[in-house]
Amino acid sequence: MSQHSFRDTHAVCTERFAIELPSPDELVIALAGNPNTGKSTVFNALTGMNQHTGNWAGKTVGSAIGRFRHQEHSFTLVDLPGTYSLLSQSADEQVARDFICFANPHATLVVTDATNLERNLNLALQVMEVTDRVVVAVNLMDEAKRKGITIDFVKLQAELGVPVIPMTARSGEGLNELKEMLWKVALGHVTPTPKLTTYSEQVERAVTALLPQVEPLVSGVLRSRWVALRLLDGDESVLQALEQYTLEHPRLFSTGDVVIPS
Amino acid sequence: MKQGQIQQLKNLMQNLQQQDTTDLRDQIVSDIYARTEEIVTQTVMLPENKAQHEFDRRLDNVLTSRWLGYPIMMLMLGTVFYLTIAGANLPSSMLADFFFWIEGYLTTFFLWLGTPAWVHGVLVEGLYRGTAWVVSVMLPPMAIFFPAFAILEDFGYLPRVAFNLDRFFKKAGAHGKQALTMSMGFGCNAAGVIACRIIESPRERTIAIITNNFVPCNGRFPTLITLATLFMGGAIGLAYGSLVATAVVVGLVLVGISVTLSVSWLLSKTMLRGIPSNFTLELPPYRKPQFGRLLIRSVYDRTVFVLKRAVIVAAPAGIATWILANIQVGDASILQHTALFLDPFAQAIGLDGYILMAFILGLPANEIVLPILIMSYLSTGAMTEMSSLVELKNLFLSNGWTWLTALCMMLFSLLHYPCGTTMWTIAKETKSTKWTLVAILLPTSIALSVCFLVAQTVRFFGLV
Amino acid sequence: MEIIPLPDLLIGERARVVSLNATGAQRRRMLDLGLVPQAVIEALRKSPAGDPVAYRIRGAVIALRREEASLVMVTRI
Repeated sequence: MSQHSFRDTHAVCTERFAIELPSPDELVIALAGNPNTGKSTVFNALTGMNQHTGNWAGKTVGSAIGRFRHQEHSFTLVDLPGTYSLLSQSADEQVARDFICFANPHATLVVTDATNLERNLNLALQVMEVTDRVVVAVNLMDEAKRKGITIDFVKLQAELGVPVIPMTARSGEGLNELKEMLWKVALGHVTPTPKLTTYSEQVERAVTALLPQVEPLVSGVLRSRWVALRLLDGDESVLQALEQYTLEHPRLFSTGDVVIPS
Repeated sequence: MKQGQIQQLKNLMQNLQQQDTTDLRDQIVSDIYARTEEIVTQTVMLPENKAQHEFDRRLDNVLTSRWLGYPIMMLMLGTVFYLTIAGANLPSSMLADFFFWIEGYLTTFFLWLGTPAWVHGVLVEGLYRGTAWVVSVMLPPMAIFFPAFAILEDFGYLPRVAFNLDRFFKKAGAHGKQALTMSMGFGCNAAGVIACRIIESPRERTIAIITNNFVPCNGRFPTLITLATLFMGGAIGLAYGSLVATAVVVGLVLVGISVTLSVSWLLSKTMLRGIPSNFTLELPPYRKPQFGRLLIRSVYDRTVFVLKRAVIVAAPAGIATWILANIQVGDASILQHTALFLDPFAQAIGLDGYILMAFILGLPANEIVLPILIMSYLSTGAMTEMSSLVELKNLFLSNGWTWLTALCMMLFSLLHYPCGTTMWTIAKETKSTKWTLVAILLPTSIALSVCFLVAQTVRFFGLV
Repeated sequence: MEIIPLPDLLIGERARVVSLNATGAQRRRMLDLGLVPQAVIEALRKSPAGDPVAYRIRGAVIALRREEASLVMVTRI
């Protein structure tokens, strides 16, 4: 399965999502997370005053674009609406899903709340099904400490298969480590290998049965396993989005005519 | 990707849907949760005691309590307004003093340059004075209100408000999250309208969009606060002036909330009929607000943003008003003619022709209604210099104001049509001419009726 | 064990989710909140007006209106 598709992040961001990128070398990072995880604090900590609220794609609550520099590189951080899931079809969730799926950001940062990983990892697992280039930030470490919660980060990283950075955004703790990791993942110096969720037997069987039919249809645009799962889900909005994005911008999303590096 | 490929995918899904896949769908979600649980069990160690939960629980026991929940809500709202009103008085008058001290020098400068009188008129009496009033009347209350409100927001109190109030919204056929979008409306109705996207059901979202206008935005607060301070606070000894003014403003907000609920109910019984959709609201843990960052962000993001917008709109409006006030047709200016024309109608709803015209000219932004009114009054030659709130009150009194005029202007400001930006936002959000028109005409007719009833009743009983 | 609709759970009681009677988008939303079979749920408090009720579900506090909550079948634990 290919991760780095040929799809041009810059072209999609500027043409479809109306996000201005200052230079062709700009690295685009999507910022996802549940509501109330301090996601905006992470956004503010990363970008400082260098941000503005945008209205990209025409429908998102207070989405913002911010910039920061690290290792001589300029990053554009796109703050997605806070969602519990990429599955449940509210406008917010679709905006988040569509950006991660179709804008092909150089990395997706999933912010989680250290005091409530049980709820938050759900979204991280879902994002990992869409893209490999995921970094998980475990925010609010100060509160977790105060509450006496301890987290085995070595193990957590091993279980997820993607980089996990503990941090406290409001004090700036872990900020540099996070920037460093985003930089590494965005440029491919670190290649995350997500450990995907293995579903129950009946689901897996159905997915396996679907894959041969789905693979040739979506390869190069979306992960076929993820699409197969959405078909089983009956999530029509995914197909609508696929139709919308690929037909409106055929140049940006074409399959079959380009060899995809794997 | 081609149409044919998408069609094949659609066919695939249709085939799947013919079998019953509910089990499969539930299984997918359950499996993700099971995986999460598995990871968390292996990596997270929870402490024995649940002190934080306890703290939140105890706080919620008070803040959402059966008996104290509502009084505390009122108290919080009241405190924020009191701080805004009491705190803004002094800096407001200092700013006004400062700007009009500068104006003296500007005038001297223009005299020295020897420019024609109309240049000085347009630039100094129109542009500069209009802008100066907007800044000195609006900046201090905003610089207090926004951070104070942001603290409540950051602390996690607003979702509790939605929790406390949901029952009423449900009765009105609306969504509890409407309480959150209303909170946003306190800052700016356009922002409040955009925030309505958090409501998933189109029916309830439309209700929330149409009624958002009934919470006074930041552009209208200065009008309400100034008038309350001048005409409701001043009536009683100075010591309690701010408290009385606060009570009046809180009362107006309550009127706004009642109208919101009534109109929501009306809409959900008529044009937007339907059953209330599902409601899920998270009550996040309480968090210690980050005061420093909050202060910076709320000043930087909201105060400066709103002020910039106000000044950008106020400046040309200042020029326009000055021109209207200074072009003579026959024995009076265009402004006077128009005001005179509007006057009989305006009087019937407790206002006067100048006030009504200020509201009409103030369509682009509510921030400029009061400045336009002041400029109009000034241009009639009642007074030449402005430097304090007392003189402002004298200006109004000399134009025949009573407390009823102030009350009606406050009510009209609270209930009338949304500002230009909000109208545009509503059109964009609803993508419907019909709903945009409803959102304009409905508040306007409510404002007219309420003001008419109040004015006629008060006059009937001879209270003024 | 007796299966009851969620609103019958008294404040302070805990229960395990047995099934959801919701369909479509509503079912999806509930699942996303973590209301999957076997999940533990605790009734925390009523709104001052009696409805909605706040529940603890997977570490988060979520308020549900009576109509929604009655679609969730649970057993007390």
